Amino acid sequence: MSENDFTLPGYDIPEEMKNTINITSLDRLYNWGRRSSVWPLMFGLACCAIEMIAASTARYDLARFGMEIMRPSPRQSDLMLVAGTVTKKMVPMIVRLYNQMPEPKYVIAMGACASGGGPFKEGYNVVAGIDKFLPVDVYVPGCPPTPQALLYGLIKLQEKIDKQSLKHVRWYRKGPDSVEIPVPLLGPDLIDLRRTEEIKKIAARKVE
Amino acid sequence: MATTVSTKSVDLSTIFPDAVIADERKGYTGWLVEKDNLIEIATYVREELDYDLLSSVTGVDYLPEEKMEVVYQVYKTTGGPGLFFKVQIPREDPMEIPSVINIWPGADLQEREIWDLYGIKFPGHPDLRRILTWEGFEGHPMRKDWQEPFYEEETKPFKSRWPKGEHIHAEEINPYHDNLKFPPKFNPENWTPTDPEEALYTSLKKFTTKNEDGLEAEQIIVNMGPQHPSTHGVFRAVVVLDGEKVVSLKPVMGYLHRNHEKIGERNTYLHNMPYTDRLDYFNSMANNWAYALAVEKLMGIEVTERSEYIRVIMSELTRIQNHLVWVGIFLNDLGAVVTPLLYAFEERELILDIFEEVSGARMMCNYYRFGGVVRDMPVRAFEKLKQLVYDRLPGKIEEFERLLSENEILLSRVKGIGYLSAKDAIATSMTGPMLRASGVPYDIRRAEPYGIYDRFDFDVVTRPECDLYARYHVRIEEMHQSLRILEQAVSTIPEGPILPKKPVYQVRVPAGEAYGRIESPKGELGFYVISNGKPNPWRYHVRAPSFINITALEKMCVGEKIADFVAILGAIDIVLGELDR
Repeated sequence: MSENDFTLPGYDIPEEMKNTINITSLDRLYNWGRRSSVWPLMFGLACCAIEMIAASTARYDLARFGMEIMRPSPRQSDLMLVAGTVTKKMVPMIVRLYNQMPEPKYVIAMGACASGGGPFKEGYNVVAGIDKFLPVDVYVPGCPPTPQALLYGLIKLQEKIDKQSLKHVRWYRKGPDSVEIPVPLLGPDLIDLRRTEEIKKIAARKVE
Repeated sequence: MATTVSTKSVDLSTIFPDAVIADERKGYTGWLVEKDNLIEIATYVREELDYDLLSSVTGVDYLPEEKMEVVYQVYKTTGGPGLFFKVQIPREDPMEIPSVINIWPGADLQEREIWDLYGIKFPGHPDLRRILTWEGFEGHPMRKDWQEPFYEEETKPFKSRWPKGEHIHAEEINPYHDNLKFPPKFNPENWTPTDPEEALYTSLKKFTTKNEDGLEAEQIIVNMGPQHPSTHGVFRAVVVLDGEKVVSLKPVMGYLHRNHEKIGERNTYLHNMPYTDRLDYFNSMANNWAYALAVEKLMGIEVTERSEYIRVIMSELTRIQNHLVWVGIFLNDLGAVVTPLLYAFEERELILDIFEEVSGARMMCNYYRFGGVVRDMPVRAFEKLKQLVYDRLPGKIEEFERLLSENEILLSRVKGIGYLSAKDAIATSMTGPMLRASGVPYDIRRAEPYGIYDRFDFDVVTRPECDLYARYHVRIEEMHQSLRILEQAVSTIPEGPILPKKPVYQVRVPAGEAYGRIESPKGELGFYVISNGKPNPWRYHVRAPSFINITALEKMCVGEKIADFVAILGAIDIVLGELDR
């Protein structure tokens, strides 16, 4: 951490105390801690997961961002990297994993499939983008995105974290920590429980 | 093609004059078999004619002729051309064809897949459940009259995109504005959710036992996956445990079912090339080759000399990087977390650099074309290649061996674990390193050479141990053999054109069927393509080695510890993109 990102401008610290004292805001300190140790969920869906692994190996070295510690358990992770095609059969598990992650949590849609269906969008078993279910923070385009592209996406996420303020973040407010997303059901097709009314209406209309 | 072999080397119709006729449709080969005599003929083919390896079983929907067909492709593990036979049934429910699972147990998952996607039942199959979709899914999606929710037209290019169309968003076409399709009058409020997995759990054996002291011990069911670090993606295994010992196991898949085949039948021939990249995403170059091979057989075109060499070079580089990463991930599965993987990825990156230079992409190369490859290898890439092949890789592979092959911890984890005898391996249609680690010298590069593999000098690596140790060693030794092939190819590659003709977007493919198969790093990768003379394939089937190699998973795991399950699964070398397709 260099002094410039940390210290608030406009404070005069005497020369002899420069290495000992920093004046900063609580927000900056808090966000600095969070942005430097974003732990991703160890969770690969498809091709993009290989580039995610490649990004964490020696040449690209995710560890520079404090993000190399991939946790297999959602309870310990801060970031869900949706790396690959989201299928209807898989999406209930993804939503459940997301619900199990504690706040603060972020979602990166890595690759064309997770962002919007990609080349497989027309497939009958494919969900056209994870944003139909989860709030996505950063989209990383590419098929698959190169590790550099993923790193750029992660830097964008860090910038997003930097802009958050303790006063406004939802997990320090009253009420439940986070919004539970209802886990979709597998019926004749994927049933999003937030859309049951709509589905009922359209299915009835189709008969007429 | 260097090797166009007739599949009529055996005359089945003289042996069974009443039940078999030659398939005389234009461009087709093989035999049409009566449904009622299938078991008798299949037994004869297996026992008397020694076609012991059931390579692929697949369905074809001939909607205009009102027929459903199931195609069986069998080979001999001693090599030589295969035998195709087909069963046709009228296209009206209920469609039933007797199961061949007792003759070739390798038909297990493939018949389940046909039931799932085509709705053909196989009486005699002990566990006929849906495999890629879920229980309760509406319809059988690969039937030609089944339309996906984002259906626009039968075949591409869609009028909305070409030649002057305006792009329509798929969401605008669908009444639900999403990739959804419900039966008419469907009401999610009245709908009672049925457990899609009830049949799965009832198919598992679970009981309580009494141990020597008279204490009752209950077996437990553990779900591993789909989100589990050891399953290489989204594979899931339901394991019944007695203490730590595996009693029975069921693989569950379909979590990455991306509908390759349905999309592939709407696409044009060239459209499918980039899709094949995404099957086994470690080996895009090998996938391209198998598909190109099938279409080239249909088109009857020759591959240019220089392209043949480039294909061999790319394919062998692919094999090396696949096996390197396999070693890394396998060690990861055994508990040596990350460090071996870092070593493996270091070399892989160097190989990917070459891929990027020749094709423009690291992983999804989309490099092969019908008759050759898309563009020539740049001089700089060739220099890098030579440096890798002669200087760097041999030492690095030896480094791996030095660190691992005699490693005591590794040996105690792999020796004698996951035993699969040669007989069982052949019966369950295992191919690739898995089969060779059971002592069967079956390598398609030798058994039925494609491309120019008949010109190179290399050994088919086998090991007699039939366990994880053998599987590890076969792969290490195969990397050395790949280097041998690479050295020969690099030193003899000729100059010349890379494509026989000017490249075209729309290739003309005469009617007929073709099965192109190659020795991919994971096993036999085959593409079964049927053309009806139109710009799109009528049938596009992928015979995926990862998928079929899973058949023997239960056999290898039962009796082992749960921790060894992770290693046994890892040793199969599955890739989910190919397993679920």
